[in-house]
Amino acid sequence: MKTPEELKYAKTHEWVRFISDTEVEVGLSDFAQDQLGDLVFVNLPDVDAEAVEGEAICDVESVKAVSDVNAPVSGTVTEVNEALLDAPETINSDPYGAWLFRLANVTDTENLLDAEAYIKFCEEEAH
Amino acid sequence: MKTLFERSVTGRHCTILPACDVPECTPEITRKSEMRLPELSETDISRHYTELAKQTFGVNDGFYPLGSCTMKYNPKINETAAALPGFKNIHPTQDHVQGCLELLHTAEEYLCEITGMDAMTFQPAAGAHGEMTGLLLIKRYHELKGNTQRNKIIVPDSAHGTNPASSAMCGFTVINIPSAPDGCVDLDKLREACGEDTAGLMLTNPNTLGIFDKNISEITKIVHEAGGLCYYDGANLNAVMGIVRPGDMGFDCIHLNLHKSFSTPHGGGGPGSGPVGCKAFLEPYLPGERIVEKDGEYALDPRGAESIGAVRGFHGNFLVVVKAFTYLLTLGREGVPEVAKNAVLNANYLKHLLETTYDVTNKGICMHEFVITMEEMKKINGVSAMDIAKALQDYGIHPPTMYFPLNVHEALMVEPTETETKETLDEVAKIFLELHAKALEDPEYLHSAPHHSAITRPDEVTAARKPVLRFPFND
Repeated sequence: MKTPEELKYAKTHEWVRFISDTEVEVGLSDFAQDQLGDLVFVNLPDVDAEAVEGEAICDVESVKAVSDVNAPVSGTVTEVNEALLDAPETINSDPYGAWLFRLANVTDTENLLDAEAYIKFCEEEAH
Repeated sequence: MKTLFERSVTGRHCTILPACDVPECTPEITRKSEMRLPELSETDISRHYTELAKQTFGVNDGFYPLGSCTMKYNPKINETAAALPGFKNIHPTQDHVQGCLELLHTAEEYLCEITGMDAMTFQPAAGAHGEMTGLLLIKRYHELKGNTQRNKIIVPDSAHGTNPASSAMCGFTVINIPSAPDGCVDLDKLREACGEDTAGLMLTNPNTLGIFDKNISEITKIVHEAGGLCYYDGANLNAVMGIVRPGDMGFDCIHLNLHKSFSTPHGGGGPGSGPVGCKAFLEPYLPGERIVEKDGEYALDPRGAESIGAVRGFHGNFLVVVKAFTYLLTLGREGVPEVAKNAVLNANYLKHLLETTYDVTNKGICMHEFVITMEEMKKINGVSAMDIAKALQDYGIHPPTMYFPLNVHEALMVEPTETETKETLDEVAKIFLELHAKALEDPEYLHSAPHHSAITRPDEVTAARKPVLRFPFND
């Protein structure tokens, strides 16, 4: 399982890449895509939607089930990765390249985990 | 194949119908345009539906090991009984239906005996509807005791997806607890989850991994001691009916799937029936009317103000109950446990034939079903549960339940049921083993399966997300 050092993670298995202090890119972790199984559909949020940390912002569907994607931080959606709509399987093959959406005016970042803490969290959850 | 609209030819019609005996009237609101109905001859229509029928697959076509769905053979005598005029040509509000009331009363008695419950309603139309009804009983119980803080339902991760969905529908919050490594409920996790806010637990036993939870008495005790009630999802009753009873395991209410364990048609052949049974202390909350017997006369007795109210009209899908009752009479007291034993035997026989080749999650004896995981194979050469499922169709086998339970990756859940012969199971095992060998030697063959069916791999996601529900006329 890959867990890049430079990213931050939420306990609900989203990764966060800081573009600046107040702008981030969000995707699903390698652990998440592995647990979900093959992704077949992505429902992206609307641009300008308000993301609230810990609340569902969009959803993804795998061969197993539909799962909510939670906002790992609060902010405003500025861009969504429309390329995923036709190729949701990119989340499986390249989880850290397949960003879902970008947020600006980011707040509520204090619950994010660093890579080491996230790996530990996943190990505990697997038991 | 073409739709009826595509087959339509302007001016073509069926045999002339008799004159209409309903007087014509002119309603205030009439449609301004002609209805665009397809115009066809009777031959066209008949052939159309026969062609459609050829594209379906039912339990009469071949092996149908759809896990947790109990796709057993539906005896034809059930249909004969349900077609008797005294059952078929009645109206729910008519008098003089003593035979029908007696049947419902006796069916309730038999099913209560099988499940260890004290009372039952036949109103719920199928399993998930039964779950909702049972949860409403639990909700009413806590409400009347003034325990409105009890708003959480505990559901293990191996549960049927309908369990958390029904809980949410009834306004409960769902607490998901992980299974222990042996696939059973993790008792420590259950104890942690139980508390002042516990409304109840929903459990299937045997569970979706085909394991009978050896701690079942302890599980229901933990929940009861915390003040919650225990709901039994009867989807897997086929493995244990006539052997052990949910009521004796400590469950307070249950639903049955007459279209699974009790041999009435399932899926497109339905409708279903999901009777809900409960212990005496929950009986006042049941929906519908109670059927009471006095000196050989049957009467309907309305339930009191504590009832949750009707969940469906009258007595639910009555004719389905007639079919299930016929099945019970056919089996008799000795036949019911025989069903369960043979269902378990068939599952273990097939598991035994497959487990040296396939990765089966149940290591010991299973109950009525077992789960294969294609996880390793998928890592090696990309052959997934979906690929095997699709390839089975070329051999006239309905795929097992796929990608379920959720706690197993690349799952194929196989439930052969008791109505398959040893010869069928041997043949099926041969096909499964052939496909496994083929997967190793030519993965591409499986990726592109099925090779012989009219429809191969439809875009299921788009079909579900953007369904086309009407014919798109060109103009």
